[in-house]
Amino acid sequence: MTKLALKVAAVEQLTPLVKRFRFEDPTGAPLPVFSGGAHITVEMPNGDTIRRNSYSLISDPYDPSGYEIAVRREDTGRGGSSHMHSAVAEGDTITVSVPANLFQLDLRARKHVLIGGGIGITPFLSQLRQLDREQKPYELHYAARSRAEAAGIALLPEAAHIHVHISDEGNRMDLGAILDGQPLGTHVYTCGPEGLIAAVADQAARLGWPKSAVHSEAFTAPPPGAPFEVTIASSGQIVPVKADQSLLEALEAAGVEIDYSCRGGACGRCETAVTACDGQIEHNDHWLSADERAAQKKIMPCMSRFKGTRLELDL
Amino acid sequence: MPNTVFSPSIESRPTYAGLAPRPGAPAIMVADEAGAAAVTHLATVDATAMAKAHVVLVGAPAETSDALAALSPAAVQTVPDLDTATPIVEQLLSQARMGTQLFLAGSEGLMGHISAIALASGMALEDIQMEHRGSIARRMQCVHCKGITDGVTTDPFTCSHCGLTLFVRDHFSRRLGAFQGVCVDAETPGDIPATEEIRP
Ligand code: FES
Repeated sequence: MTKLALKVAAVEQLTPLVKRFRFEDPTGAPLPVFSGGAHITVEMPNGDTIRRNSYSLISDPYDPSGYEIAVRREDTGRGGSSHMHSAVAEGDTITVSVPANLFQLDLRARKHVLIGGGIGITPFLSQLRQLDREQKPYELHYAARSRAEAAGIALLPEAAHIHVHISDEGNRMDLGAILDGQPLGTHVYTCGPEGLIAAVADQAARLGWPKSAVHSEAFTAPPPGAPFEVTIASSGQIVPVKADQSLLEALEAAGVEIDYSCRGGACGRCETAVTACDGQIEHNDHWLSADERAAQKKIMPCMSRFKGTRLELDL
Repeated sequence: MPNTVFSPSIESRPTYAGLAPRPGAPAIMVADEAGAAAVTHLATVDATAMAKAHVVLVGAPAETSDALAALSPAAVQTVPDLDTATPIVEQLLSQARMGTQLFLAGSEGLMGHISAIALASGMALEDIQMEHRGSIARRMQCVHCKGITDGVTTDPFTCSHCGLTLFVRDHFSRRLGAFQGVCVDAETPGDIPATEEIRP
């Protein structure tokens, strides 16, 4: 994977929980442009290993002068976001991947409806700029329980077709009202908690929307869980996976070569064959089919975990 | 006469699965005289099919439109040909909401032409249902002059625009809603194979 060594040009505290980071080329050289919805993977030194987290780019896709991301501090999370909050400062050097996109706009659509919840607003920020530039009709709906929880509000521009729904203030988001009666050729995109993604897909199906018009943000951060061990088939090496570490991170820390891109269970790059499994794989990815999950012959190490006595990987 | 079964061909050659019920969905239906039978059949298997259906009948006699009107669709309109049907269908599509289904029945020319308009207006392929009825005449585009010749029943045929003699290919353009016609005697002018009726 092509990497870029960039300079942290600005760090801004947007809300008590959310910081915005801006990265630029140290010599001022232009960066590769991207498309709305793209993400980068940020490398963070973590003791003698490297932690890598993927974040959506929130800056203008057509502006090569810098990349911006927004990071919400998750104190119960795996430490990536708290590292960004506590250890990364202006002037630091930071290594990131070139942008990749798993959440593209379908530009054949005649109208775009973007629905976000929680911090699930970040991929839309670059998409908004792309939609504005291409003069495509769109509307954006952002939902949160309370204003305090609405970490994304600080990131949103003010515009007529951007709607904020705060349920504590009595204007709960009504998906039926949003989706019903949209003109032919509308596509809907959802980013946020699983429940929101499922509710939108459900409502769209009930209104007879074709599946090809319903999109959702594909990747999420790997969930923490109980520690476990895996065995490397080729060498017999046993790799321990800590509670706050993903299997992919543990393999990287142990020096086992493994391919990746999204690190969020969406791109399929890290797919690994399972040669022995005595227990239950906890599949947290969006890549494998239901049948593949049940067969327990494949695992996506960037997201999935294991409970049981023995898991052997074809590595 | 049921949905025509065509012989297997290349992937770009459209296949027509037939009209399947989508109970309760708003619908735009476009059919010719032979295709009207497929719409009537749909109405017998799904009693809700017609209530929200706008039917456009192309080149069909009064008995056919009377028979369809008897199924009490939301609206039925009869037009003499595809050219007159085009602005009507475009208007219906521009006012349509997500969830609307497009049902096309009849010749390949009609289905190809109308489905191309629907795709261009943002309709998803999975919301377009087609059933082939009647003539197997094709709507052909000349790859040389780009002119469209409709109702082609022989292979080779003469391009109605530039006069070249063209082979009937199975290569189909979804954007144009037409099959491609390629010059038969480009290498040896005048060397033209015998004309045959096209087969399903
Ligand atoms: S790295 Fe993309 S699915 Fe694992």
